[in-house]
Amino acid sequence: MVELAYLAAAVCFVLSLGGLSAPSTARRGNTLGIVGMAIALVATLPATQSLAAFAGALVVGGTIGAVLAKRVAMTAMPELVAILHSFVGLAAVLVGVAGYLAHPHGELDALRVIHLVECFLGVIIGSLTFTGSVIAFGKLKELIKSKPLVFPFRHGVNALLALLTLACLGWFVVAQAGLPLYLAMVLFGVLGVLLVMGIGGADMPVVVSMLNSYSGWAASATGFLLGNDLLIIVGALVGSSGAILSYIMCKAMNRSFVSVILGGFGAEASGPDDRAEAFSKKGVNRAGPEDVAEMLKSARSVIIVPGYGMAVAQAQHAVREMTELMQKNGTTVRFAIHPVAGRLPGHMNVLLAEANIPYPIVLEMDEINPDMVETDIVLVLGANDIVNPDALENPKSALAGMPVLEVWKAQTVVAVKRSLNPGFAGIDNPLYYRDNTLMLFGDARKMVDSLVAQLKGTVSH
Amino acid sequence: MEAFVQHLTVFVLACFVGYQVVWKVTPALHTPLMSVTNAISGIIVVGAMLSLSPELSSAQTILAAIAIFVASINVAGGFLVTQRMLGMFRKK
Repeated sequence: MVELAYLAAAVCFVLSLGGLSAPSTARRGNTLGIVGMAIALVATLPATQSLAAFAGALVVGGTIGAVLAKRVAMTAMPELVAILHSFVGLAAVLVGVAGYLAHPHGELDALRVIHLVECFLGVIIGSLTFTGSVIAFGKLKELIKSKPLVFPFRHGVNALLALLTLACLGWFVVAQAGLPLYLAMVLFGVLGVLLVMGIGGADMPVVVSMLNSYSGWAASATGFLLGNDLLIIVGALVGSSGAILSYIMCKAMNRSFVSVILGGFGAEASGPDDRAEAFSKKGVNRAGPEDVAEMLKSARSVIIVPGYGMAVAQAQHAVREMTELMQKNGTTVRFAIHPVAGRLPGHMNVLLAEANIPYPIVLEMDEINPDMVETDIVLVLGANDIVNPDALENPKSALAGMPVLEVWKAQTVVAVKRSLNPGFAGIDNPLYYRDNTLMLFGDARKMVDSLVAQLKGTVSH
Repeated sequence: MEAFVQHLTVFVLACFVGYQVVWKVTPALHTPLMSVTNAISGIIVVGAMLSLSPELSSAQTILAAIAIFVASINVAGGFLVTQRMLGMFRKK
């Protein structure tokens, strides 16, 4: 009976993820997820040996979770996701240790060895997920410097930690003692810290996706330990989901998957650009908000490219107002989203949705790149590396090979930027020096506000 | 041993199901995908429930209760924040 309930719950979870294939079915998907969880909890109640402890912990934890979900700002979603990963890791460690304590000794046959290995795996994967996610949370919240921590023999130290952990596994299985288990927990915890500390702030979307994956594998390992298929299934679903997201992010950022797993990528310093002199000699085309507003008024089609700078400046609501004004003018307005436009996969879509920008005019990079050629104006708002032509044209660039939004193919590009300082990755962007690019220097929010004011002037006439 | 192979079968098949389903998720909903996987990985709460012992003060029960506590934050926080986000996506 319990097994059947678990099967029903597992089906609900699969359908819940399936619902996310389109915004129209997504809410039903989430509801199915809640139903699945309720079924699983109720089915497990009869086997729960201390209902008081369960109910108490559930109510307190559930309340905290509800408050977090209600209060979190959409710009802070990456932090919330990171800290929730750490909780899964922590729970896996605790359940793993409790599993060991429940049966600390037994006859060492094949079954016992499997049990001990499962217990060990649950604890170390959980521990790595926990500490890695806490560091990721700290970096996202800027409690920890986002610069990658680089020290000599880093990979050697990581390998040593892994080897010592392997030794602990042997010791744990032979002696069936707690000490090697706890030691390995600490070793993998340190490894989690070092791996994420070695990764730069710009690469956080990959890291968070990867920890998403680890949290799933941790849940699966716990399922193996307890012989519980539901945990195994859910862990596998979450684990593969995180792995796919990591893969997508790696591709979008031009990183190799292996170097992400080993940590410490994104640390390579790009030397000074030898074209800097030529660029500064050529100079940029400057424009004021009045000029840009005039152009927007007569444009037939406009594509807006939002970057994280737009969200930091809290400009998305002003952008929506500007969009509506242009639409009233008869202009086709669309948004072009690069996979790493935000700090989490899909983050920018949520930020635009929050500002009431309807999702049908928000398009993915591959959908909209072919349309750039026929577009009158592309407005780049607080984005930099994701519109850098070097990615396609300069094989020596650190960005070479990265898929980008090919905005320079439009008739005119207007880039809103505070100054010409290179962006997060410290890489020069030749886009700003092109003949068809106009620079609108200033804070994204202020500039959009003044564009809105200018556009309002005409629409009311 | 046989039980282990059975669990392994379930695990491998579930990985394939996950792979198929997740590739179909639209990129626009990747953040809700992460938050809903946060919520459902809170299923580890079931593991913690099964680890409780009748003695309230035993180390095992204390560890399991803490696990239930943190996993519940995931379940409630994950589902509710996903609901909140999905409510923002509108067509017009």
